[in-house]
Amino acid sequence: MTTTDAAPDEPLGRLIRGPSAVGGDWRRLVHLTRLLAVTDFRLRFFGSVLGYLWQVVHPLLLFGVLYVVFTQVVRIGSDVPFYGVALLSGIVLFVFLSEATSQAVQSLVDREPIVRKIQFPRLAVPLSVVLTALFRLSLNLLVVFAFLLAAGGDARVSWLELPVLIALLTTLAGGLAALLSALYVHFRDVKPIWDVVLQVIFYGSPIFYPIDVITNDTARELLMLNPFAAILQQFRHAVIDPSNPSAAEAIGGDARLLVPLGLIAAAAVVGFRYFARKAPRIAEEL
Amino acid sequence: MNEADASAILVQGVSKRFRIPGERVMTLKERALHPLRRLPWQDLTAVDDVSFSVPAGEFFAVVGRNGSGKSTLLKCLAGIYAVDSGQMFVRGRMSTFIELGVGFNMELPARENVIINGTMLGLSPREARRRLDQVLEFAELEQFADLRLKNYSSGMLVRLAFAVMIQVDADVLLIDEVLAVGDAAFQQKCYDEFARLRREGRTMVLVTHDMGAVERFCDRALLLEQGSTVAVGDPHAVGLRYMELNFAREDGRPQTGAEEADRLGDGRAEILEAWFEDDEGQPATALPSGRRCSFAARVRFREDVEDPILGFAVQNGEQQTALAASTLAAMPSLGWFRAGEEVTFRIAFENVFRPDRYYATPAVAHAGTGFAWIDRRERLVEVVVTGASRTDAIVDLPYRMTLERAGTGHAQTEVAG
Repeated sequence: MTTTDAAPDEPLGRLIRGPSAVGGDWRRLVHLTRLLAVTDFRLRFFGSVLGYLWQVVHPLLLFGVLYVVFTQVVRIGSDVPFYGVALLSGIVLFVFLSEATSQAVQSLVDREPIVRKIQFPRLAVPLSVVLTALFRLSLNLLVVFAFLLAAGGDARVSWLELPVLIALLTTLAGGLAALLSALYVHFRDVKPIWDVVLQVIFYGSPIFYPIDVITNDTARELLMLNPFAAILQQFRHAVIDPSNPSAAEAIGGDARLLVPLGLIAAAAVVGFRYFARKAPRIAEEL
Repeated sequence: MNEADASAILVQGVSKRFRIPGERVMTLKERALHPLRRLPWQDLTAVDDVSFSVPAGEFFAVVGRNGSGKSTLLKCLAGIYAVDSGQMFVRGRMSTFIELGVGFNMELPARENVIINGTMLGLSPREARRRLDQVLEFAELEQFADLRLKNYSSGMLVRLAFAVMIQVDADVLLIDEVLAVGDAAFQQKCYDEFARLRREGRTMVLVTHDMGAVERFCDRALLLEQGSTVAVGDPHAVGLRYMELNFAREDGRPQTGAEEADRLGDGRAEILEAWFEDDEGQPATALPSGRRCSFAARVRFREDVEDPILGFAVQNGEQQTALAASTLAAMPSLGWFRAGEEVTFRIAFENVFRPDRYYATPAVAHAGTGFAWIDRRERLVEVVVTGASRTDAIVDLPYRMTLERAGTGHAQTEVAG
């Protein structure tokens, strides 16, 4: 079900175009993305006693397990300042990326009833998943900041980098979400493949280990080419404690940061382009 | 101003093909291993070069059997499917209702769902919020605004969904089978709303199987069969073609009545002439009521036919059928009729029709349901029934009426009608 307004100046009326990613109407894309995301988010509150608490339970549980393992058993983290907060921040950012992308994979198929019955900018579907994950990220970040202040951390000017880092991470997640959701329409094995890739990202990023653990420079610099690792490292440097090397230091020079940044841009461009190419036929290929 | 200028919807040569793959699922792994392999597929042309225009203010029906492409055509109009060729234009704000209550979420209260559904329909969230009260009022569900939809009855759900749809205020509405849901009272409400939309000069394209609704509401109808236009025009004529398609024989013989809009059938036999006879057996164009009369038709068989059904129906000016008679029940098995044979069939009956003008439709059909026409000549004969009766009923049946007064125990008054 769809409503659209006509441009009165065209002689035959408004040309009816098929569905597309954006549909020439950014406002409607924004409205629908927000609507779908807010509805989804509210549904998780509805009918559960702990409501809000459940939103942060998952990262906190993972945090608890990893914290015990790496401070008591393996002891990589026991002498690192703010290890607990650093670990929690890594988990929270990873949970965002993982949730946004792995739930986006099936999003078009899950939303089949509306995709097949109304005309709307198709991009709203994967983007709404990213937005829902972003809502949860904000809640989780509140917990991170609470932990940080409780552990004796101080507010610093470099906290202002936070919105930029979140914007970069959201761009990465958005591009991947668009790409994966459109791929999944044709290729149903995208889901298990992507789950494996997420595992690789989890262990390949300095989430539960500080980046300095890797003493081999080449290995560390290669690891930092991963955009998620670069964003996380910069987050730790800017937000948690300046004793963490910045992304530029870890990768070995400012210029090299162009690689992870380029990968983020590539994810966004390729994801959007592929989605836009597939958008007109998604309804009939589900 | 030519026709195109005045049209709310203009469809020019639209075709839509679906690619039906042989095996549905292809994995990324297979794609990586066989980059050049393409899955076998076949093309299905769901809509084939369809053109029509709908003037502003018209109610236009798209009818056809299951799989005829009518819903696909609507989805193309709605912009849900991309077309393969052709162009479509719309003038004014267009709203599509493929299904009532798209995006409804059972876990959320009605209030939220109205806003969700309205936004899905194309309103901005602010517009949707502004219409909330009107919607709840129209649906008569104000006191249930905070109840979750899962606790709604199905009737309440339908009312809510219909209320949102009506409150969207589109100039052009595309509606698919929405009337198929809901109880009689709800359907009546739909009809009332359609009447209001019509008065307000809205344009509507309705996709349906329900020829009754089409004849009742629509100014024109389009009949689709296998994606192609079979007929466009008067709903009654299109309805007859639709019935014919439904019961048509598969070999696709040319219709003898093709040039004659009111003639249906495969032409294996021909109704040569038909007439009414008065109580003396003389052909008549006027019949006094209350007397015996008969209807007769002369039929010539062009090919051998086994067990045909011969019959006729008499309708008044309002298309109400007053009498339908055939050999179907009484003489189901008439045996073989040979090519060239001529028969006259005659049905005698008591003329109890209300004085009015009547039209008789004689028909010959194949054995079976009686709808596989061999020859059917719609309203071939006209007859006037004369008389003094002033009844409102279609027929003026003879009756006896008695009145008993309490206490006396026996009939005091007796009237014969």
